Amino acid sequence: MKKILALVVAMAMVTSFAFADATLINGAGATFPYPIYSKWFDEYSKVNPGVLFNYQSIGSGGGIKQITAKTVDFGASDGPMTMDQMTQAPGRIYHIPTVMGAVVIAYNLEGVTKGLKLSGDVLADIYLGKITQWNDPRITEQNAGVNLPSTSIVVVHRSDGSGTSYIFTDYLSKVSSEWKGKVGKSTSVNWPLGLGGKGNEGVAGMLKQTPGGIGYVELAYAKENGLPYAFMKNQSGAYIEPTLASTSKAADGAAIPDDFRASVVNSPNPEAYPIASFTWLLIYKHMDDHTKGAAIVNFIKWAITDGQKYTADLDYAPLPANVVEMIQQKLNQVKY
Amino acid sequence: MSRQDTSDIVFRRILAVFPISILILVAGIFFQLVNASLPSLNKFGIGFLFTRVWDPVAENFGALPFIFGTCVTSLVALLLAVPIGVGTAIYLAEYAPPKVSKAISILVDLLAAIPSVIYGLWGIFVLVPCMRNSVQPFLGKYLGFLPFFQGPNYGVGFLAASIILAIIIVPFIISVSREVILAVPSVYKESTYALGTTRWEATADIVLSYGRVGILGAVILALGRAIGETMAVTMIIGNNVVITPSLFSPGYTLASVLANEFAEAATNLYLSALIEIGLVLFLVSIIVNILARLLIWSVTKGPLDVIK
Repeated sequence: MKKILALVVAMAMVTSFAFADATLINGAGATFPYPIYSKWFDEYSKVNPGVLFNYQSIGSGGGIKQITAKTVDFGASDGPMTMDQMTQAPGRIYHIPTVMGAVVIAYNLEGVTKGLKLSGDVLADIYLGKITQWNDPRITEQNAGVNLPSTSIVVVHRSDGSGTSYIFTDYLSKVSSEWKGKVGKSTSVNWPLGLGGKGNEGVAGMLKQTPGGIGYVELAYAKENGLPYAFMKNQSGAYIEPTLASTSKAADGAAIPDDFRASVVNSPNPEAYPIASFTWLLIYKHMDDHTKGAAIVNFIKWAITDGQKYTADLDYAPLPANVVEMIQQKLNQVKY
Repeated sequence: MSRQDTSDIVFRRILAVFPISILILVAGIFFQLVNASLPSLNKFGIGFLFTRVWDPVAENFGALPFIFGTCVTSLVALLLAVPIGVGTAIYLAEYAPPKVSKAISILVDLLAAIPSVIYGLWGIFVLVPCMRNSVQPFLGKYLGFLPFFQGPNYGVGFLAASIILAIIIVPFIISVSREVILAVPSVYKESTYALGTTRWEATADIVLSYGRVGILGAVILALGRAIGETMAVTMIIGNNVVITPSLFSPGYTLASVLANEFAEAATNLYLSALIEIGLVLFLVSIIVNILARLLIWSVTKGPLDVIK
């Protein structure tokens, strides 16, 4: 018994010594980028063993709340903070894009594999309940040669508040004024109709079992689960398959404002997949703690350059070069 | 002639701390819920309980569809679970051979230990397709004249959620009811046998009569669990803010909306409306418990039927 006790005490001392001179950075927020962030924290600890990260994926709303309350050193969000939220924060907050993600439109139609062609206005009208059958002329006219059944469309959406829903409703608000007026964009909205599934897995589960179902999930999720997904018509009229490359293109050529609080859905780039977005880290322009501030800025500089090579394996789209350059300039303005 | 020893007094006072701490806990939860939902209470007032809209974008919130969903799923679950639960308990306690009774009791306890997220997954992959392909078409065909069994058939919805809830609460009803029935003094049963009753008469008149309070207690415990159950229901109720008599329709419950939206609720009013949903859930639980107590008191007022 005594031996065990001694061992425990010894281990506790060793570990506390090991961590004694490491800087611990706390972060919280979005769940969507959690896999790539954990990968980055792990890889970065090999590059710079002096910094340890602790990230809680509690959701974008929680990330915004915690960075506003300064209970964490950085926040993370899938949707930009609103003006109202920005003014509530005790200091100026910078939005730093880290990776990009795409939301794909998946469906369950017997005999139709991936590549059904859809335009934004049709998608909005499906989610508004104005197009109710798969063989509606507005769908069939875009899909010559595809035999679409007269099955009723069963609309599936996320029931939990999520960045995925934010990107999706942001897109629908851009392409449909009726959607913008009636429903709007948010992590949760008042859905006009449909079934709500909890999480990507909930939506995918309902889609797989509901003939005639249509829903939206993250690109990685659709790929890993073999869900058939639609090619979306972009601003220049081309039908684009959601891939990592076409997702990155969404931010390439789009007007990115200086504060990065930009929505890149419905991108003007002719090669871009239209339902794509950044995910952001939220940091204060004036960091209270010099050591932590330096560590965070150095980490971000690493993540947006060297770190981007880990994105493809985890199905995130890397930032385009023009955005990386803008972020590097922005980081120079951070004071610590 | 008893004289109180100092140790008795000390022991009594120490014991009194525990129930008081429970009171403080409940009062603290209530106070905190009210306090945090003040913005929403001030903005929507009593209308919060009667509004059918839940729109996070326009920040217009009402709890009625969620209250409706919680009450409907819990009640339908009880309707399904009570006969099965009490029936099983009677069989296990009175009829089954001891070996069978023991084996089934172990299974029942095992069921009670399964986490609800597992029930939810099972619901998505097994129960929902079965509902869509067999159960709901059958109900629609033979009972479709009732408004409860009309409407589009998705598989997910009030009925699927109620069935999952029933499965989750049945073990509680069985376990507690079985103990209650076993606790009926055998003197009573034996004396009725001596009067020439059959086993059925002894069970129906003596055992159920004697054990009714305990069995009702089991049902209340189960109801509490059903009202608060979150994960499994959220996964298969369809999460649609709607009030409809159709059990086939997707719906929503108080606990589900909390589980779904709390993490991403970023604005103050939105968050406080969600906390007010928590307050409503708290009050619904208290009201249901009070009603159940009143029910128990009304049944237990008179002496046992037989003795009378």
